[in-house]
Formats: sequence, structure tokens, C-alpha cells
Amino acid sequence: MSLRIGLDVGSTTLKCVVLDDNNNIIYANYERHFSKISEKSCELLSVISEKFPKEKNFRLAVSGSAGMGFAEDVGLSFIQEVFATKIAVSTYIPDTDVVIELGGEDAKILFLTGGTEVRMNGSCAGGTGAFIDQMATLLNLTTEELNEKAKDHTKIYNIASRCGVFAKSDVQPLINQGAKREDICKSILNAVVSQTISGLAQGRDIEGKVVYLGGPLTFLSELRESFDYMLSNKGICPENSLYFVAIGTAQSCNDRPIDILELRDKITNTTKNRTYNALPPLFENKKQYAEFRQRHDKAVIGTNAALTGSKGAYIGIDAGSTTIKAALINENEDIVYSIYRPNSGNPVPIVKEFLYEVYQRYPDIKILGSAATGYGEEIIKNAFRCDFGIVETIAHYTAAKKYSPEVDFIIDIGGQDIKCFKISDGAIDNIFLNEACSSGCGSFLQSFAGALGYNIADFATLGLYGERPVDLGSRCTVFMNSSVKQAQKDGASIENISAGLSISIVKNALYKVIRVSDAKELGRNIVVQGGTFLNDAVLRAFEQEIGHNVIRPAISGVMGAYGAALYAKQLSKGASTLIGKEGLENFSHKVNAITCNGCTNRCKLTVNTFGDGSKYIAGNQCEKPVQKNKNEERLNMYEYKRALLSEYKDTEGSRGITVGLPMALNMYEMLPFWHTFFTKMGFSVMLSGESNRKLYLKGQHSIPSDTVCYPAKLVHGHIANLCERGADVIFYPCMTYNFDEGLGDNHYNCPVVAYYPLVIARNMKEISSRTFINDYIGIDQKKYFPKKFTQILSKYFDDISYKDVKNASDAAYREYYSYIKKIEDKGEQYLALAKEKGLPVIILCGRPYHIDREIDHGIDKFITEAGAVLISEDGLGKRFQPFPTKVLNQWTYHARLYCAAKFVSDSGDPDINLVQLVSFGCGVDAVTTDEVRSILWKNKKIYTQIKIDEITNLGAVKIRLRSLFAAIEQKKQSDKAGENE
Amino acid sequence: MIDQNRVEFTREMRDSYTILAPNMLEVHFSMIENLFKSSGYNVVVLRNTDQSVIEEGLKYVHNDTCYPALLTIGQMISALKSGKYDVNKTALMMTQTGGGCRASNYIHLLRKALKNAGLGQVPVISLSIGGMEKNSGFKLTFVMMVKALAALAYGDLLTFLKNQTKPYEVTKGETDLLVRKWTDFFSDEFARNRTLSPFAIKRYMKRIVDSFKEIKTEKREKVKVGIVGEIYVKYSPLANNNLEEFLFEQDCEVNVPGIMGFMMHVVGNGLDDVELYGGSLLNKLKAKFGLRLMSKYENYINTPLKNTKYTPPASYRHLRDLVEPIMGHGCKMGEGWLLTAEMMELCESGYTNIVCAQPFGCLPNHIVGKGMMRIIREYYPDSNIVAVDYDPGATKVNQENRIKLMLSVAREQSTKEKDAVLTAK
Repeated sequence: MSLRIGLDVGSTTLKCVVLDDNNNIIYANYERHFSKISEKSCELLSVISEKFPKEKNFRLAVSGSAGMGFAEDVGLSFIQEVFATKIAVSTYIPDTDVVIELGGEDAKILFLTGGTEVRMNGSCAGGTGAFIDQMATLLNLTTEELNEKAKDHTKIYNIASRCGVFAKSDVQPLINQGAKREDICKSILNAVVSQTISGLAQGRDIEGKVVYLGGPLTFLSELRESFDYMLSNKGICPENSLYFVAIGTAQSCNDRPIDILELRDKITNTTKNRTYNALPPLFENKKQYAEFRQRHDKAVIGTNAALTGSKGAYIGIDAGSTTIKAALINENEDIVYSIYRPNSGNPVPIVKEFLYEVYQRYPDIKILGSAATGYGEEIIKNAFRCDFGIVETIAHYTAAKKYSPEVDFIIDIGGQDIKCFKISDGAIDNIFLNEACSSGCGSFLQSFAGALGYNIADFATLGLYGERPVDLGSRCTVFMNSSVKQAQKDGASIENISAGLSISIVKNALYKVIRVSDAKELGRNIVVQGGTFLNDAVLRAFEQEIGHNVIRPAISGVMGAYGAALYAKQLSKGASTLIGKEGLENFSHKVNAITCNGCTNRCKLTVNTFGDGSKYIAGNQCEKPVQKNKNEERLNMYEYKRALLSEYKDTEGSRGITVGLPMALNMYEMLPFWHTFFTKMGFSVMLSGESNRKLYLKGQHSIPSDTVCYPAKLVHGHIANLCERGADVIFYPCMTYNFDEGLGDNHYNCPVVAYYPLVIARNMKEISSRTFINDYIGIDQKKYFPKKFTQILSKYFDDISYKDVKNASDAAYREYYSYIKKIEDKGEQYLALAKEKGLPVIILCGRPYHIDREIDHGIDKFITEAGAVLISEDGLGKRFQPFPTKVLNQWTYHARLYCAAKFVSDSGDPDINLVQLVSFGCGVDAVTTDEVRSILWKNKKIYTQIKIDEITNLGAVKIRLRSLFAAIEQKKQSDKAGENE
Repeated sequence: MIDQNRVEFTREMRDSYTILAPNMLEVHFSMIENLFKSSGYNVVVLRNTDQSVIEEGLKYVHNDTCYPALLTIGQMISALKSGKYDVNKTALMMTQTGGGCRASNYIHLLRKALKNAGLGQVPVISLSIGGMEKNSGFKLTFVMMVKALAALAYGDLLTFLKNQTKPYEVTKGETDLLVRKWTDFFSDEFARNRTLSPFAIKRYMKRIVDSFKEIKTEKREKVKVGIVGEIYVKYSPLANNNLEEFLFEQDCEVNVPGIMGFMMHVVGNGLDDVELYGGSLLNKLKAKFGLRLMSKYENYINTPLKNTKYTPPASYRHLRDLVEPIMGHGCKMGEGWLLTAEMMELCESGYTNIVCAQPFGCLPNHIVGKGMMRIIREYYPDSNIVAVDYDPGATKVNQENRIKLMLSVAREQSTKEKDAVLTAK
């Protein structure tokens, strides 16, 4: 028999083993392939041939995510990698129960006993190894260092475990708030574990002998530790844990032996002629590039000016998600000194260094004003006693206006986010921020460059002359990862991948974030900025995509800081509170992590203590821990609705049967109805507890679809809660139809709300030991309801009479309508109060279940704390009128959205604005958001959408809301100015 | 209420306009295309599948909308922009099923997209059984409907036979040729109004089956794979990256449940609604009449397959019975209970390996697809189902890798079974 070779071509690494006849490994190799798959394989084949000079012919098979196309091209057998693992494990560790294997971008679980099942992450769940790499880059660590640090953790933060990008937007604020890096490191590893378990186990318990395989689990001891802890098990990481796929591949190879040197030549020849979808090049030739450079090199603002005679100066600091930008300007608004540095996971020492440099360079400087902006605004402002804090959108606008007074569109692509705003009549009138899902574009480019062994500037420059840029589409970065994988497979060169990435970042911004249909509608005077536009390739791609030239300020990277400095100058009262030279010398910064006990949210707080004894607290979802006595009453309808619902309590009934109602999805509106009904029928009623993370985790393992919306996922926790507390019956009916409020073409519930009870019935083991009522019920047909419902209840209970049901349901309908009326009355009252006091009103639109604190993450409180009156969409019920819409208006809850938007749009009151909450993954809202937006735009109202998910990070939400408030303010002022003229 | 202010397809347009319609099932739609032509409408089923389809879709449709909307709308706009058609003499046609899924909104999203693309003058015709929108220039007559029903039934039978013959044909290409021959033949027959009587239909069905028997086949080892999913992604090669072709190349025999089941599901929902929630007797009777008519056609397909080597398609009645204990029949949005029923039926008839193809983020699929896989595994322990998401960002390599995993498991399973048989002997 001849020797067998198994070649495992992963997304980032190449693994290879040679087996002898007895399955002994006689050669093994592991290396990164830097996307040069064919070259590396050829090298490997040469090495093997030298190692075994006596053998000429080998059996060879290929596996791995990047190996499929490769195998096809050169005519080798391809063995699916999960399957290969299974083969190898059953030979080498036959008593294994479960295998967990993490790779560069795949996660797999294999259940080998008790019904074999193999599972692989869906395309959405993102990478794992690549995710850890990305996070490490963010923290400026190597993965090994990340592992070392994690050993010294003291506490663990919740990091969203669904997909890499989400987790990233949780990590970022932790960094900016000053959380300990040791803790962040461990939390990242924990997120990977939680992601693997929730995404792949899907209800199956991971028990018995667990084996860990693949790169991350081999190299990172702390990751294994996290798995052990979460599974309450001690998994083993066997010898050769990196090579199991390669081993299984070699084992499964049944092809006839081939001459590997011949194969090597074949690979070299065939991989030359592959093809992929290509886009036009960024530049035809060097001359074109030179012209482009010349056009953009025109500096408008001095960047190296001297201080003016009086030595007065202003400082602006922009603590961004991955970089710190700071600018010192003189009284002529020219930049004297500026920096642009990576924040390396902690912005404080970098700003300290900057200020120190300023005081060193200009000993006689007089700082007259200072302002901080960006994600780290609060911590910087507190640490260094800046005079002002300014929301970054306004900072950028202020700076852009300096370059182009006529500016009507600004787009800023930073490390972590994309911000765009439209300006008309001197005020920001629309803001687009990327949703958590497509964020991270700039830093994605960086991580990708890193993974391929380049720094970002060199990597982007490579793309300038790519002749056939790869078409990578416009999707979130996780998807881009696999598109790149495909491109590598198709033989795209590094130059063309680089150019393709730059182009896709631009497309992402245009078509995902701003959702333009015609690039011309952006505006005539466009200013681009942010660090990502410093790459000529990205800038060029942008100009190509929109079809005309734009302005990139020479200080593109520090525009936020420059704007903050200008803002400080505008508002300066002649002296600054900024920390002085002596203060800086005694400056110290300590971080403590504590859990807040102020309410049931149990926020994890980071307390920053500075040299002068002042403190800055972050991580709080409300103002309780930071503001001592502020008892001003807040007009918050979300709070009011929660209070109304909390009046429906657990009851005792004469029948001695307890009916449990899960407080999730539409139960948030149906509670008055069902509670009344069952109480009247003599049942005891039990409500599931309030949603929180812990309750969610109780049901997490039984969620079959990891892309369903968070409100639906929470149902599992509520059902588990009712089971735990011993409800005899759980009542959670399927409801295709909702109440017909006469506002739309039909009155459906969305498919998830309508049929989620079926998912519970078929996926939660807990319910099998009790009665679970999930029948189809139509409450809209008031006439038929009592009869139909009598039939249904009679299936489950004795002595159910039509008369009783009829009486109880009449009471239930009455109660429901009175509940609705209370909300509508409250809405009217708040509207009147707001008008009387001249307060801004925010109509916070969503679904009834968005009032759940675990779902809206305290956004309602943030709005009212900003001084606005908050009214929910149903609070406007009395103002609702059916009107023609451009989309089929067929869902009850959504019809309310359109009506609310119509009310706001027609109000003509600049103080009344709308914010729409959208749950991530809500397919229905892909339809409603565009419609709500167009209703608002008709009368030039600002449309603000907030996407919410498991994540608890409010950073981006706050920017958006603050920008909205700032824009409303600006608009009012400019309207006033207009009137005065 | 939906804005009724739309560009109507008027009588005057009828003679001079070209009507573009998206493609979904080549076999069925090519007959329907000709059927419309012979009824006086110049319908052209779109077959453009180049990159611009996706690009236009991404540009004019909200990117979080489901993939089928993005593709069909992209396909139409790309065609309109191609210069092949006079945009002032072209109309579009789209099906509209109604129901609580996003899909009912496609037609409105299309109109929005047209407006944004500067093509607001192009009329859009809604094609629905219930006649959701009226156009003076377009009327789905009873005769046309019956013809269309026949076309769908022929299409289903042809597809079934093709799928069960092609993997085993001795002369490569013979099966495809025969299918082509039949679709051409029926297009011609429709033009002459010759295929309407039950008698004629029955005779043709028989002839179809006989003609397939003529094809010389040989026994080959194939993995039997069923395909279910959201209707467009399930059928359209444009949406599912040529899934059938891919499986065929991977040495599989494919079973794709026909469109008749879906049509009956849609009509039958009306009946179930009345059963569950009460409602008007008229609606009940309408639905009953529709169902009865369709089940006749179902019989036309099934009868000639009896006592042959071919696996016949499952009847609507049987699918209903199968799924009843799992979810009843009230779950109707999108493919509703039908999708779960089809998975069960496939397992039952030996197609335990299943690809569940769905657009990324498809709402009904959380319930009837992924949400039911666990219970199906309990009912059919051999079931080997892979859910594959399709959208413009998902890559072929990822999808194929997951399908290959399913196929590896399937092959291992069949080797085991064979070994077991051998040992028993």
C-alpha cells in the first residue's frame, strides 16, 4: 500500500499529514497560507517528496473550506471537513461522545453517540478563530497574549454572542470606558463559547467525553477553560488536535496513488486560469493616479501653523473607537499641532501624552477652550476636565463647513462605523449611522490586512493598481470574509482583493447604510472624511461609485477633533477648565469594576478614579448611579405602559388549575385580555417573570434558529420560567390575525408573532410534562370567538360551558379596550403637557413588546433623561386615520407605525419627532422602515431608526439620539433665523 | 389602505405592449408564457441572469428584504435598462398571493423601485387567483386559468419524471430533450385550445408517462435528495445557485415537490381559516370549489404513475394528514405547514436527505423550517436535513460545503445499510 496524504486547506491555514499503512502519522505540517494556496501546496508536495525519497506515488485527498475549488480544479477527491473529523475521531479516540472543533472561520459540533449528528455554523454566525484574531488586533495584542491576559481576569462582561461584529460593538465601549483588559480578554473567549453552544447545540446537551479540536482550542488554554466551565465538564484536547481533519481526509482517501511531483506541476498549471467576477480597475494607469493625487493634495487649512501673538489656543479631542485624534488650533482657526494614534485599548494615556506634548512644545500657551467628542467623550471629558462635550456628528459638520461652506453631504468612515449626514439650510437634517450589523468597515480592512501579513496603508495601496478588482458585494463584514475566501479560491491576486475590499466598503456605505438608489441624490458638495478615506483606494472607489469628485480635507483623519476645537472656540468664555501642566504631572487613573445594585438591571459598572479624586462611572443603563438627587418626573409612556401591565398580577382561582402566561411578544398587548378571561373562568393565573439576561439564558439552548429576532428568542426563557415555577397549563396560542383596527388592508400578526408557539411546542422538552395550549385562535372574529374557544378549552378541561366562556370573553374584550383607551388617553395628556411646557416630543415607535426592558435596553429612559416627552406609537391612537400607503398595509402593529409617522409628518411641529425601534432580524421592518421614512420625508421630518438586539451597548444609540436632538435644535434655530430675515 | 394610485394596464396597451415576467420554473413557465401569447398577451419570461440582476436589486430594494424580492425586481429592472425593450411599451407582471408574509408586498416594492429607477411609467400587472388588483387591459379568464392549471400539472409531471429518469439515462441528454419536446407540444396545443377536456388531459398524462418509460436507463448508485424551501428559492436556479444542477453533478437523484401542492395550500388556507376562526359561508364554498377542481388535476398526474417504477408526488390530502399532529393547518404564512409536511413526506418516501433552501432571514422559515427539524428527526431518525440560506452576500463555497457535509453523512448512512443487508444475508 502507498502512503496517504491528507491536505486540509482552511480559511487561513494549511494543514497536512502523511499516514502510513497503520494510520501512524509520519509527517505533519501546519502553516498560514496567506491565501497563496496553490504555491504553498506545491512547496509542501516538494517537501514531502524529499522526505520520502523512496516513495513516488501517494494517495492524496483534500479537505477544508478553501480546499473545495482547489480539489475540483486539479481533479483530487474532496472530503468534507466535518466528516473527515468524524472519521479520524472514531479511529483515534473511539469513546468520544462530542467533538467541538473551532477553525479559522467555522465552528462545528459533532455528536457521535446517541444519534450521530454533525453541525456546522450557518453563514451568519461569523468566524471564531478569525473573530478572536480580530478582537486581539483591536486590543493591540497577539492571540497568545490575549490568552495570557485572560488568565488574570476577575470578572466577565456580557458580550453579544451571535456574530463577530456584534461582539465587537460590545467590546469597543468596554475599551473606551476603561474596563480592565484582562477582563475583556476573558469575556471575548466566553463569548465564543456561548456562541458555539447557542448556535450549534440547539437544544442538545453536550455531555460525556468531549474532545476539543482545531487551532483556537489547541493554542488557547483559556478558551478550553471557558468551555469546561460553561459545560461543567472537562474536555480533552488530544495530541495532534490541529490535524484531525487532515488525518480523516487521508484515511478516507480511496483514489489510486499518484505521482506527487506530477501533481505539483499540474497544480501550477491549472490554477493559473481561474476566473471570478471582476470590476473595472481603480486607476487605468499611473498618470491617472498622479492627477487624482494632485487634485486632493490641495490643502485648505494650515496644519503646521504657529500660535498667534496672544498665544491663545483651543483643543479638540476625538476619542474614536479605534483611534485617538486631537487638534490644537490657534485663534485663526489654523491647526498648530495634531495627532492621529491608535487607542490601543485605552484612550486615557494617549490623551495625557498629547497634552503633555502640547505643554512641552508651547510653554507659554494659553488654552482658552477645549472639547471632547467621540465614543470616549465622557471619559476624556471627566479625566482631563474638558470644557465641553459635543456629539461627534456636530463636530464633523462644524469642521466640514470650514472646508466647504456649501457642504450638503458629509460621509465619515471611521474604524468602527460609518456616519453620514445630509445638510440643508445650514442644519443637519438627516443622519445615517450604520447598524451594528454592517459596522466595523475600516477596522475590518485593518484586520484583513493584518491576517494577510500587511499593514493597512500598504495593503490599501496594493489595490490602486489591481487590474481586475474582485467583486465582493455589499454586505456585512462577516459575509465579506467568506466572499474573500471564495475569491482566493478563484485565484484572485492580493492586489485585486485589496481593491475589491475598498470598493465593497464604499458600496456598503452607499447601499446598506444610506440606502441610496441614485448616487446623484447625495448632494453636490460632498466632504469625505475619517481615517478610512485616507486610503486613496477607498477614496477613488467612492468617487467612481457616485460618479463625481468629492473633497477630502487634507486633515481628513482629524476632522472630528478639529471640529471639536472649533466648537470650543465658538463657545469659549475666555478661560478653560482643562487640566494644567501640574495637574498632568500628578495625573493618575484607576479602574474598578463593580455591579450596580440600584435596580434589577444589575448593570456592570466601570468606575474610573482620577488623580484629583474625581470619578467617572460607565456601563450604566440609567442615571441612577451617577446622578444623586434628580427627582424630576419623567414623561415616559413606556414606563407608564409597564406600570399598567404590572397591575395584572398572579391570581388564585376556584378551579385550582394554574394557567401560565409567558410575557413575551404579543402577550405584551394581549395580557389584559387573557388575564381577565382566565381569571373570570376561575383559573389561577401565573405570569412569567420579568425578562433579563438570566431568564434568556435559561431558554437559550432550545432556540432552533439563531437568526430569529431577540424578542422571539426571549419566549424560550419565559416558558422555562413558567415551567420552573410549576404552572399546570401554559397558554400561548397561535394567532394568525390580530385585532382589526381598521387602519390597513388586513390585520395580520407577523409570521413570528403568529406562529412562535409552534416552535416552543416542538423544541422545548420542559413543556411535555404539562398541558401546553397553542391552538389557533382568532380574537378578531368577536362573533365566533366564544364558540370556537369553548371547543378548544373543552379539549383540555372539564365543565367548560359556552355561557361561561361568553361572559368571560365579553369581560376580556372590555378589559382590552379599556387598556387601549388608557394608553390613548395618556398619549393625549402627554401631548398636551409637552405643548404647554414647550418640551420636545419623541414618538418612540416599535411593537408592544419593545417596552420590555431587556429588549429596549433603557433607550426610553435615555430619551426622557435628555428632557424629551416620550410617547409610544399606540399612545397616538386617537389621532389615527386610515390613509393610502405605498406598501401593502396588512399587519395590525405596523399599521400603527404608518399612522404615527403620518401624524408626526403632518404635525408641522418641529418639536414632535419620531424614532423607530427595529429588532435585528425583523424581516417585516425591511418593508416598514422605508415606508415610515418616506412618510416622514414628505414633510422634511428627520427619520431616525435604531436597531436593537441582544447587545446592551448604547454607545451608537446615544450618538444617534444626541445627533437628533442637536439637529432638532439647529433646525429650530435656522427656522427662527429664517423668520427674522 | 394601500394607495390605489398606480399606472394601470389599459386595453390600449394590450395589443402593443410587451409584458415581462420573472422566471421561476423553466418547464412550467415556458408553457405558461406561450399560453399567454396565444391568449393575446405578449408575455416574455425573463431569462437574464447576469450580475446586473443582483446589482439592480441591491440598488433599488431595501437590502434586508428577502432575496426573492431582490432578485425578481432586479431581474426586471435590469431587463428594462438593457435596451432590449421599449420602456414606454413594456409592462411587468408579478404574482401576488396575499397572506401575512412579506411576499405579498413584492408588487408594491416593485412599483417603488420602478419609481426610483425613473421607470414610473411602466405598468405592473398583479397576477393572482383572487384578482387582488384590477386592470382594464388584463383579465385572467376562466379558460386561461384552466389552461394555466393544466400547464402547471403537466409541468409537475414532467419535472417529476425528468428528475427520476435523468440520473439513470443511458444516452446523455435524452431526458432533457424529451421534456423540451413536450413543452413545445403543449404550447402548441394550448394555442389551439385542444387540451382542455379532462379526457384529453388524462390521455396526455398517460402518454407523457409512457414516453419516459421509453428512455433507456441503467441502475446507478445515487444519493436521493429532496429539496424544500421558500417557493422561489426552492425552484429558481438563479436564487439557489443552480442547486438541482449541483446535486445532479454530485451524483444525486433529486426530488422537488411540485407546485400543485403549493397552489392547493394557498387555496385551502381559505377553508382552514373558516374552520378555525369562523367566517362567511361563501368564502368556504369558493375555497371548496377551488380545491375540488385542483384535486382533479392532482389525480390526472397521479393516476398514470400508479403501478410504475416512478415515485408519485404526494397528494395534498396526504400532506395534510401527515403534518396534522405536528402543527395542525392554521400555520399558513409563506409556505406554512406545507413546508414541514413536504419534509415529512420526503422522509417517508425514501428521500431522507433534504436541503431546506430559504432566503436569509425568512420569517416563516424560522417556524416551519428550522423550527421543525428537531421534531422531524424524532419522527424519522434517519432524516438528514441541511438548512441553507441564500442571499446576495452568501457565497456558493459556503453553501456547497454544507450540502457536501449532508451528502457525506448520506453516503455513510447508505454504506452502513448495505453492510447491514450483507451481514444479514
